[in-house]
Amino acid sequence: MGMISVNINGKMVQVPEGTTILEAAKLVNVKIPTLCHLDLHDIKMVNKAASCRVCVVEVEGRKTLAPACATPVFEGMVVKTDTKKSVKARRTVVELLLSDHPKDCLVCEKNLECELQALAAEMGLRHMKYEGELSEFPKDDSSFSIVRDMTKCIMCRRCETMCNEVQTVHVLSGLGRGFDTVVGTAFNLPMFETTCTFCGQCLAVCPTAALAEVNNVPKVWDAINDEKKYVVVQTAPAVRVALGEEFGMEPGTVVTGKMVAALRSIGFDKVFDTDFAADLTIMEEASEFVHRLKHGGKLPILTSCCPGWVKFFEHQFSDMLDIPSSCKSPHEMFGSVAKTYLAEKLGVKPENMTVVSVMPCVAKKYEAARPELGHGGTKDVDIVITTRELARMINEAGISFNHLEDEEFDNPLGESTGASVIFGATGGVIEAALRTAYEWLTEETLENVEFEALRGIEGTKEATININGEDINIAVTHGLGNARNLLERIRRGEAQYHAIEIMACPGGCIGGGGQPYHHGDLEILEKRIAGIYSEDRAKTIRKSHENPMIKKIYEEYLGEPYGEKAHELLHTYYVPRIKM
Amino acid sequence: MDRIENLDCLLNKQKELEHTMDIRKANHDNTEYRELLICGGTGCVSSQSLKLLENLNEEIRNHGLENSARASITGCFGFCEKGPIVKVFPEDVFYVGVQPEDASNIVNTHLVQGRRVERLLYEEPTLKKKVQTQHEMEFYKKQERIALRNCGLINPELIEEYIANRGYEALGRCLLEMSPKDVIHIIKTAGLRGRGGGGFPTGLKWEYASKQKSDVKYVVCNADEGDPGAFMDRSILEGDPHSVIEAMIINGYAIGANKGFVYIRAEYPLAIKRLKNALRQARTAGLLGQDIMNSGFSFDIDIKYGAGAFVCGEETALIHSIEGGRGEPTTKPPFPAESGLWGKPTSVNNVETFSNVPAIIINGASWYNKFGSHTSKGTKVFALAGKINNVGLVEVPMGITLREIIYDIGGGIKDGKKLKAVQTGGPSGGCITADQLDVEIDYESLYSIGSMMGSGGMIVIDEDNCIVDIAKFYLEFTVEESCGKCTPCRVGNKRLYEMLTKITEGKGTEEDLETMRNLAETIKLTSLCGLGQTAPNPVLSTMKYFHEEYLAHVRDKKCPAGVCQALLKYHISEDKCIGCTKCARVCPVSCISGKVKEVHIIDQDICIKCGACFEACPVNAISKG
Repeated sequence: MGMISVNINGKMVQVPEGTTILEAAKLVNVKIPTLCHLDLHDIKMVNKAASCRVCVVEVEGRKTLAPACATPVFEGMVVKTDTKKSVKARRTVVELLLSDHPKDCLVCEKNLECELQALAAEMGLRHMKYEGELSEFPKDDSSFSIVRDMTKCIMCRRCETMCNEVQTVHVLSGLGRGFDTVVGTAFNLPMFETTCTFCGQCLAVCPTAALAEVNNVPKVWDAINDEKKYVVVQTAPAVRVALGEEFGMEPGTVVTGKMVAALRSIGFDKVFDTDFAADLTIMEEASEFVHRLKHGGKLPILTSCCPGWVKFFEHQFSDMLDIPSSCKSPHEMFGSVAKTYLAEKLGVKPENMTVVSVMPCVAKKYEAARPELGHGGTKDVDIVITTRELARMINEAGISFNHLEDEEFDNPLGESTGASVIFGATGGVIEAALRTAYEWLTEETLENVEFEALRGIEGTKEATININGEDINIAVTHGLGNARNLLERIRRGEAQYHAIEIMACPGGCIGGGGQPYHHGDLEILEKRIAGIYSEDRAKTIRKSHENPMIKKIYEEYLGEPYGEKAHELLHTYYVPRIKM
Repeated sequence: MDRIENLDCLLNKQKELEHTMDIRKANHDNTEYRELLICGGTGCVSSQSLKLLENLNEEIRNHGLENSARASITGCFGFCEKGPIVKVFPEDVFYVGVQPEDASNIVNTHLVQGRRVERLLYEEPTLKKKVQTQHEMEFYKKQERIALRNCGLINPELIEEYIANRGYEALGRCLLEMSPKDVIHIIKTAGLRGRGGGGFPTGLKWEYASKQKSDVKYVVCNADEGDPGAFMDRSILEGDPHSVIEAMIINGYAIGANKGFVYIRAEYPLAIKRLKNALRQARTAGLLGQDIMNSGFSFDIDIKYGAGAFVCGEETALIHSIEGGRGEPTTKPPFPAESGLWGKPTSVNNVETFSNVPAIIINGASWYNKFGSHTSKGTKVFALAGKINNVGLVEVPMGITLREIIYDIGGGIKDGKKLKAVQTGGPSGGCITADQLDVEIDYESLYSIGSMMGSGGMIVIDEDNCIVDIAKFYLEFTVEESCGKCTPCRVGNKRLYEMLTKITEGKGTEEDLETMRNLAETIKLTSLCGLGQTAPNPVLSTMKYFHEEYLAHVRDKKCPAGVCQALLKYHISEDKCIGCTKCARVCPVSCISGKVKEVHIIDQDICIKCGACFEACPVNAISKG
């Protein structure tokens, strides 16, 4: 590819053909403000709508101003970003956006996280220059996961790009004309009635509070403050490597001990670990896999930990409902044993127990409400909050998080292995399952437990593992678009796998829709992944079936893995859903 | 029609059919045979021209004149306000406002007795004189019909008539005697520029697309005519669909495309019907489809319907609409010629641009060059409307002055009123003042005075129109038609509209004018597509040329034209009022008080400015202003 010389504010720079003005400007330390633009190259999400016009600059010989984010450079191009004309134009554009935006920043969901707010601050805007009619759209809080307040939408179209191009769910699209234009669903259906998977990636990239999670914090406080309730909390693997970010720590910092201390301080009666349930999931899923392998069952087996993925599958591949594992997701398994095994042990009536899940995910909120996920009239999990919501609770409780002394999880449901920790990163579930399945099938000890081929941020990963002389083909994919491709290949008979792990969110749970906002910096995801693997290596036990508490629960309560009791408590079923 | 195998075969067919045009082209009356052409365009059809046609043919049969007279439809004559039009050949008699029941009169008087039906002849408004032939009509004298050459001459539903008039000859010559490069060269040297509004040189556009290396390329005809009041594209498709088909195939040959799409708004059912009919005929004749005229070149055309969004006239939005997506523009580059429909090189041209192409190929670039100004060659069709006597479609050579169009062709301002301004280019254009009437019209000159050619809308504004109200009217259109994608267009134009509204309600300030000007300039600079970039033009040009009128609104709180209701004040003259109480009785808000035979008074605080009293006063004692 040829190199091109460009002049930006008098500074010459050589860039490859196809480079945008914005990218070229970065190289000479010229900062051009952006808003709609979002380049998450690694997960194939490049929002090039060029719709906000916040990044317009002067290009010599061009009548109008050019959007720096979407204008490729050409040889000899002369760009001026700091002229009165371009600065004034950019300012006016932001002033216009503010003129059609609610002025409730102080109490807004995204206060201090809002990119529009930050932009206005950066530009030094001190008054509302333009006034006029405000867009009015009804709030859509029909779902358990996502709230859409389109009065705050700035038409950046990031959510659309994410939903349609990365996740291929196609729920969101531009609707209407003129001032009433908005991003919405087909026929303006409430989110709950669409094929939305509630993966929450749309809200992860929304620059404002147009898309936000359903706030369950008040419900948790109510439960904690209810004398009659015995409130137990569990935390997912991906939460501990991201929560620190909310308190100014480096992404990937493992804050398990502080998190446990904070939860105890908040007032939960017991603080448990979803990791325990992840080990339980491995016991069941590996058993199911071995069972299918030995008895000529349906292959490939697909992991079923991810509720976004499960809903996507139910909508888009309802002809293949017999291939996902019937295992409930780890936090649901946790809820199930908490309200039976644990409740019995503690002498607490299941109906008086509240199970709270702290998850990196907004789809888990929806999952917890699925009617089949419960037992004897009580739900497995009562309330789901995200990593962000937990951070809010910690702040609200006046806890100085960074100064907390590390504490340990409670037992019996707090003991976990390295295998369960890696659930939080893409490839982790299948790696954990292999650590167990390998030993069960070969009856040998697996020395090197790290399956490097299954790790990393690449969209789809494959590996072949020889077990007892038989090649076992494994695939790992994350992001629903990648998952769709893989599943379509399987449907057409073009791909032969034995087991596949699928996560809806790019990067796996560490990149979940409920995690601290990454604001376009994907390195954060990589750092969280690194945190996950360091936690794994720090564990003395790294295989789920070696977890002593897991052994104990099977001995005391569940019986055989994949047995009758286990089926009753730890397995579920899927339902076909409409395709669009 | 049998399949046309090659150019000779086409030329033979042409020869064989040529004579059918004799009477229509002769302009004499020494024949016994007469042809009556009735306008079959949407306007005249809605005024029952098809019933008229039926009646005429019935009368002809009743009088046993089948062998000496024939009536059929043709395309738009352009004199739309006076429709339905009937033209009688060879005498060149032009009847206007003809009703179905006039059929017997025409047949009896004209065909049987050989006399003209005087009452149906057009009367020149300035001279108050009936005009005997079309050629003598001022409306047509300065017109030059190239794009509309077949409208009013042939039956658009018969491919034979198109061929008789040298139809498809250009295609034959291109495919069998010229290289694609030759074709592009001739279009380039002819100086043809896009008639959809942008004025980009068509030949360059074709050349750019031809140079792209791609397995698949496309030709798109933009028939998404959306300017309020403009209907030239519709008229061409209704009156001469084959010319567009022929040009699209030539375009395909020139750039190496084998597939074309006509993107047409579904609100044009008659144009769609005629186009479908023409496509069918062309396919049967081997002029469209596989191996056209055994040249080895294949090309076919599909029709795609638009849902009537103004923004879909913007080529990238149009392309997304064809692809099945939301009609929303995307940033350029890449230009469609590089990456258009489904990412393939695509040549998008407007209907009127296309209709010029066969004429240019047949007559040559230097012939075309003879018409027009230095930078803008050929002719342009304008839709003349507003406060003008002759409302309709006119095709004039570029470089003609506005004065000629309005006073010579258009017959001047209605009711002898004073011309205030002319809005050209529809909602994307600007106002031209009475002082600028002698500007020679072309792309550059209109741009330099803050307006634009656009698709050729031309609305005449007289002294009774309020200029702020006019600007508001156009802006309201673009505010509603904005796709809403980019901030300046979605929010900026809305704010601009709100400020205009404020001014017309008497709440504007001089400071607002400054804010508006700045905002309008920014919208032009920052909007994503042509719609947004041109939307403030009506505001900016009126603010520039009618500053005083804006000032009157914001400073004196007066609307000089008496249009802005909120600024109106009704006043009862003490001298003239006779105390008849009529005004008080019609007032819907009972704000007029006064005893019988005493002077009445309007309570200004309550008055809603409905004007009922003004209408009711028998002695003109009520004034407004």
